[in-house]
Amino acid sequence: MDTLINDDIRAWIGRRDAPQTIEVTRRDIIKYALASEQQLPRYLNGDEAPPMFLFGADRPLTALADLGPDGLRQDSLLPPLPLKRVMAGGVKQRYHRAIVPGDVLSITRTVSDIFEKQGASGPLIFVVYDIEVRDAGGALVMQETQTRIIR
Amino acid sequence: MPAFKALSVGTELPTRNCTASNVSLFLYNAAIWNPHRIHYDESYTLNVEKHPGIVIDGPLQGDWLTQVVSGWLGDDGVLLEFEYSNRRASYIGDHLTASGRIVALDAERNEATLELEIRDARGEVTTPGRALVRFTR
Repeated sequence: MDTLINDDIRAWIGRRDAPQTIEVTRRDIIKYALASEQQLPRYLNGDEAPPMFLFGADRPLTALADLGPDGLRQDSLLPPLPLKRVMAGGVKQRYHRAIVPGDVLSITRTVSDIFEKQGASGPLIFVVYDIEVRDAGGALVMQETQTRIIR
Repeated sequence: MPAFKALSVGTELPTRNCTASNVSLFLYNAAIWNPHRIHYDESYTLNVEKHPGIVIDGPLQGDWLTQVVSGWLGDDGVLLEFEYSNRRASYIGDHLTASGRIVALDAERNEATLELEIRDARGEVTTPGRALVRFTR
């Protein structure tokens, strides 16, 4: 039934990046909290990261020369696809504890599924990632399933 | 600032009005280190990716849904689970409303399940979501 997703693309399911380590700073939390117009003092003061903070914090920092004409970097976990326009699709998160300044987090991302659907304006490819966030002691901080839609 | 015992299924959470400006969207994308041109380059967005306007990030709309929860919950509990799905794109200038309501209560665990959504000015749901919270008092 799939017409856009061949075996070469399907072979990307299960691939994962090397774990990425990030240090959480109060200033980064405050920047995020102000830009997203948070309401709670504990976020605005940078005492605790808002729930969606990691959406940006886990983004690999790449040289500007490595950005494509759309501004996006070549994602090491996005297979070459017959469709090109990447959109955010959604997120499902489970929080095990709050993220606070000083946390050193290790983030692992795995391609967990690739499938296609017929959308209202044409075919869509869904690429799904499992993201696991652990602290310096190895304890789970957050688990996420993230979907990107390519149209 | 609700106490768990005072909650009932069907209770609506306070809504949050959501709009994005060039400045707010620029700062949000800077904070998440997102250089995708559909969030700041209007001619590229209209002519190359063929959107009708500068696109509001999907995860920012997800964040707005978490703020319906956190604004209501305050320091009285914790967010355990959260999910959202970007169904329709939204653009700078759109007037969006984020809302939520209690759909289930677990008295043994002091947990509440919330149904969330962002609607545009026409009343269409752009971003449905769900959250599970635990009250700690």
